[in-house]
Amino acid sequence: MVALENADTAGMTIDVQAVSHSFELHGSPLPVLDGVELRVEPGELVALLGPSGCGKSTLLRLVAGLEPPSRGGILADGRPIDGPDPSRVVVFQDPTLYPWRTVRDNVALGLEARGLLRSRGHRIDKALALVGLTGFEKAYPHQLSGGMAQRAALARALVNDPRLLILDEPLGKLDSLTRLAMQSELVELWRSKGFTGLLVTHDIEEALFMATRVIVFSGRPARIKADLSIDRPYPRHRGDPVLTELRHRILELLGLAETW
Amino acid sequence: MSVNDTAAALPAATGGALPIGAVLPSSLPLRFSAAALPWFLAAGATALWPDADEWERTGEFASLLVVAAGLLALAAPLTAAIRPAPRSRLASAVTGLSAAVPWLIALALGVTGWEILTAKLGLLPRPFFVPPQALLEVYLDDWPRLLDCFAASLRLLVTGYAVGSMLGVVTGVAIGWSRAVGYWVHPVLRLIGPLPATAWLPIAFFAFPTSWSASVFLIALASGVPVTVLTWSGVAGVNSAYYDIARTLGASQRFLVLKVAVPAAMPHVFVGLFMGLGASFAVLVVAEMLGVKSGVGWYLQWAQGWAAYGNMYAALLVMALLCSGLVTLLFRVRDRLLAWQKGMLKW
Ligand SMILES: Nc1ncnc2c1ncn2[C@@H]1O[C@H](COP(=O)(O)OP(=O)(O)O)[C@@H](O)[C@H]1O
Ligand SMILES: [Mg+2]
Repeated sequence: MVALENADTAGMTIDVQAVSHSFELHGSPLPVLDGVELRVEPGELVALLGPSGCGKSTLLRLVAGLEPPSRGGILADGRPIDGPDPSRVVVFQDPTLYPWRTVRDNVALGLEARGLLRSRGHRIDKALALVGLTGFEKAYPHQLSGGMAQRAALARALVNDPRLLILDEPLGKLDSLTRLAMQSELVELWRSKGFTGLLVTHDIEEALFMATRVIVFSGRPARIKADLSIDRPYPRHRGDPVLTELRHRILELLGLAETW
Repeated sequence: MSVNDTAAALPAATGGALPIGAVLPSSLPLRFSAAALPWFLAAGATALWPDADEWERTGEFASLLVVAAGLLALAAPLTAAIRPAPRSRLASAVTGLSAAVPWLIALALGVTGWEILTAKLGLLPRPFFVPPQALLEVYLDDWPRLLDCFAASLRLLVTGYAVGSMLGVVTGVAIGWSRAVGYWVHPVLRLIGPLPATAWLPIAFFAFPTSWSASVFLIALASGVPVTVLTWSGVAGVNSAYYDIARTLGASQRFLVLKVAVPAAMPHVFVGLFMGLGASFAVLVVAEMLGVKSGVGWYLQWAQGWAAYGNMYAALLVMALLCSGLVTLLFRVRDRLLAWQKGMLKW
C-alpha cells in the first residue's frame, strides 16, 4: 500500500458528554440515546457494538455534526461540535457514491467542495491507489462491484485527511472474503495514518480484530453497558485465545451467550 | 462483478445491428438490390403510366425516384469497392442503411400505391387527396415561403421553450429547496399548472404588445410548468444521504444546490423537458394559427383557406420534421448529459 503524506493527521480527541437524544415518532418522543459518556483519545480505534436499532448510527451522526444532540454536548479536541466539518468524515454502510460522477470525481468531492482541487488534486490519485482502484478513475459507480464501490467511498473520505474517521458498518454489505480483506486494509490504513477511528459494526469478530477498545451498548435507548480495552498487538490473529475469551464476554453482555 | 468483468465492460459497447468485419457480409449487395427494385418500380409507374388528370411535376418526381433507386443500386458495388474500415463512420452508415432495407422497400411500395390511387386512377376524392408530386411541386415552387415559415416557427419555439425551461428549472429547484418559496409558489402552481396554456390565449394576445411576445409567453408557460413540477419532484426526491456526504466533506449551500441537488434531479428534469417540448409544439401551432402572421401553423391555416391541400401536406411534413428533429436533439443532449445512467430509453 502507498501511504498518503502524513501531513497534519494526528488523531482527534472526542468527548461525548452526557448525551441524550430522542426522535419524534408518531407525535411522541422516541428516546434513542440515554446519558452516553464517552471519551476517545487521539489515535484510538473504538468499535461500537449493540443491538440493531439501539442508536449507534444516531451517535455517529451526532459526532459528525449532522444533527445536534437533544441534551448534552460533544467536544472535538475540546471545542463543541456545532456542525459537520471535513476533519470528521463519515463512511456509511451504503457507499452512496454520486451516480452521475466518475469514480475520480466522486473521490474529488471533498476537495472540490472546499475549493482545494487545484492545490491538492494530486492526492486523488494517491487515495485511489491506496484503496486499489487505480485504472477505474473513469468508471461510473454502476460499473463497480460492491467492494469496489465501498473502496471508492473510503478513498473519498481519506483524500480529505480526516483526523476522525467515522465508519458506520462500512463492510456490512460486503461478501465475507472481501470483508476480511478490507478489515486488514482498514487496520493498516489507520495504523499508518494515525487518525482516530469510530467504527460501528454488528460483527463482534470484526470489532475484536480491528479495535483498540469495544463499547457495548444496551438496547434502545442506548446506554453504555461495557467499555472493554483490547490490549492485543497488531497485526492480530483471528484465532487469538484472548480475543475468543473477549468474544464470549461480549456475547454475554448482549444476552446471546447461550447461542455460543 | 469481478474486477476483470468491469474492465471488460468499461469501453462502452458500440456498433450497429449487423456485424461488419473487415469484409462486408456477402448478403449486402442482395439486400441493396432488393431495396432498389421497388424504387425503380415506383419510378416506372410514375413516369410511364399517364396521369388521369394533368399533374405538375410528375416528370421531376419520377426523376427523383430514379435517383433514389440508382443510389441504392450503386450502394452495394460502391461499398465493396471502397471497403470501409471495420469501425469507421462509413461502415456504420452502410450498416445503418442495410438495417433500413425493409423500411425502404415498404416506403417505395407505399409511394407507388399512393401515386397509383391518386394521380393514375384518381380513385381518392379531390381536393383532399393529392399525389406525391403535388408535395414536390410545393417544395419546388413555394420553398422560399415555407423556409420563411420554418425559420419563424423555429425562432418562436426555441425562444419560448428556452425561456420556459430555464425559468422552470430555477423555479423547480427553488420550490424543492426553500420552504418559503414552496409556501408561496406551490398553491399558485397547483391552481395554474393544470390549466392548458392555450386558455390564456385571448388574454395574452390582448395584454402583450405584439402577438409574437404573447406567443413566447404562452410557449414558455406551457413548457415551464411541467419542467417546474418535474424538477421540483426530482429535487425533493434526492437521497438525503447525498447531502449528508457532501456536508461532512465541507460543502456550502451553493455546492449542495448546484453540485448535488441539480445533477441528482437531472433525470426528472429531462422528463419535464420532454413533456414541456410536446406541450410547446401544441401551443406553437395554435398561436400561429390564431395570432402570429407567420410560421408553419400560419401556413397550414393559410393553405386551408385556399383549399391548397398539397401545401397543407407539405407544411405538415415540415412541421413533423421540425418537431421530430427537436425531440431527437433533446434526446441527444440527454444521452450525453446522463451517460452515467444505465438502461436508458433510446429514441
Ligand atoms: N430521523 C429519524 N427519525 C425518527 N426515528 C429515527 C430517525 N433515525 C433513527 N431513528 C430511530 O432511532 C433508533 C436508532 O436508530 P439507529 O441509530 O439507526 O440504530 P442503529 O444502532 O441500528 O444504528 C431506531 O429505532 C430508529 O428507528
Ligand atoms: Mg445503524
